Amino acid sequence: MESFFTRFKNVLVLVAILLAQTIGLAVQVRRPVESGTPDGASVTLIRYWAVSTITPLERLFHGFGYNIRYAWSNYIDLRHTRQQNHELQEQISRLRLEQAALSEDAIQGHRLQALLDFQQHYVATTVAAQVIGTSGNDLSRVLYIDKGSKDGLKSDQAVITPDGIIGKLRDVFPHTAQVLLINDQTSGAGVLLATTRIRAILRGSATGQIIINNLTPDSRIKPGDQVLTSGGDLVYPRGLAVGTIESIRPDPDHQPYTLIQLRPAANLNQLEEVLVITGTQATLPPEAQHDLAVGVATAQSQAAAKQLADQQAAEAAAKSAAQIVADHLPSLHDSDTPETTDAAPGGAPSNPGGVVPKPLPTVHPDRYTQGATPPAADLKPGAESTPVTPPQSPSSAPPPNATQPAPNKPHKSLSDSPQTTNPQP
Amino acid sequence: MATRSYTSRRELEQHSFSPAVTVLVPLAAILLQAFLPRPFPKLAILDLPLIITVFFAVSRRNPVAGTLTGALIGLLQDALTNQPIGVNGMAKSVLGYIAASIGIQIDVENLTTRVIMNFGFFLLNSLLLFLINRRLLGHSDVHILWLHELLRAAVNTVVALPIFFLLDRTRRAE
Repeated sequence: MESFFTRFKNVLVLVAILLAQTIGLAVQVRRPVESGTPDGASVTLIRYWAVSTITPLERLFHGFGYNIRYAWSNYIDLRHTRQQNHELQEQISRLRLEQAALSEDAIQGHRLQALLDFQQHYVATTVAAQVIGTSGNDLSRVLYIDKGSKDGLKSDQAVITPDGIIGKLRDVFPHTAQVLLINDQTSGAGVLLATTRIRAILRGSATGQIIINNLTPDSRIKPGDQVLTSGGDLVYPRGLAVGTIESIRPDPDHQPYTLIQLRPAANLNQLEEVLVITGTQATLPPEAQHDLAVGVATAQSQAAAKQLADQQAAEAAAKSAAQIVADHLPSLHDSDTPETTDAAPGGAPSNPGGVVPKPLPTVHPDRYTQGATPPAADLKPGAESTPVTPPQSPSSAPPPNATQPAPNKPHKSLSDSPQTTNPQP
Repeated sequence: MATRSYTSRRELEQHSFSPAVTVLVPLAAILLQAFLPRPFPKLAILDLPLIITVFFAVSRRNPVAGTLTGALIGLLQDALTNQPIGVNGMAKSVLGYIAASIGIQIDVENLTTRVIMNFGFFLLNSLLLFLINRRLLGHSDVHILWLHELLRAAVNTVVALPIFFLLDRTRRAE
């Protein structure tokens, strides 16, 4: 027996080590998930030892590199800073206008939410942290940050950047924490397609891509659509940017579902600073409320200014039209009243709307000319019609005895007076 | 009077290292592996702990030492991930054992041997990780992308050669 162990010592050691690790794997995989702890106590302890060994050195390296970069970027490399500042000021102005445009809608939405008793969660408090390391394994997409439970962090808290969500906290140690990225194969999040409002579940993949594979084909879903968090997973607050749809194709492994691949909003490969959401609340934070109020005030002032400008433009247009008519239609000028000479310095008449228009003088008068027809009160039923003498001049009054054919005897009038023309066809 | 007789390549060329090198070099490899991909994401393709595992295994030419070295480095690597602890530990235990066994049989000082050996070990590491994830852990969405694995093996082989050259100088004099 002794010679057996001596002879096969190497293989036996290998088998024993592999067996021990296999049992360890089985225990970890079969362990029931407890709330708030992704691993069992013993595994957490091993991870804690490893992290406590590695992260202080990572923090040291990170601090060294950070200080060098800080000194370079803040004291040496200041080229184009003025231009960048100018561009940023312009961007702020543009964003203020956009904010003003959206503020009233936001307030209306809040009012409706209040009416519906809808529970919305807004980001209330965050903790800024710096990324100090990774897992070093491309099958495990996790990051390490320089803040931990001493800073108020807990497992399953959302980690974001201003661009979009990053992931969530997995293991939290006293001075560091492990961030599980959304493109890890064990990650998931509830999302909402912005244009179609379709809810879906986002997953990471082994190759580091972000996919949605629980939707059936829908022609409304198109590449380029924005994807937001839905808030249904109780980790990420609702409405945060996740990414945009990059491609849509049938899922070969799960028919009839589609495989929607996303491009993350945040650059997951080069993260330096992140925000951990440590608290949410049902109402907007005071700063956001103030910003919203500023936006609404800006929007109202813009609307008032626009209304005033529209009114002035309408008045100017009316003045301009009246002036044009007054200039081009001489009959608008009352011949009985002398031309007013007290025009405005700009050439506009003092009262363009007060002139009563008169028709132009008739060049070839006939019986239809104004003033050629006697009033209806002067006509007698059955009276013989007399040829109409058209007015000689536009200024002369019509003759008092001029009559029109009686309407009840048109045929007689036609036969007796060939000068008259029949108005009927 | 007892005389030492060299009866095999193992006894002839078995090397040892100081405790500081034995502890600090694997730690430095794991540290760099965890730190470098943050500023340089492309460097995530490297596997410095595996290079160190292979180097110590073929230099010591002791399968038990190679197995234990691979297991410890792999377990420490696993502890930094979100995977179950033991995935890299098992793969590197097997690789440490095989590397030490090969070191007994062939001349691993030769440059060509080192190139072929490293390339083969990196491919074997990818295969072992695939089998552990797919068969033991049941991750059905884990696939082998052979082109990527060949590229990874080539890049790591290129990086391994100068590291082997540097670590050769840390051997303890007999």
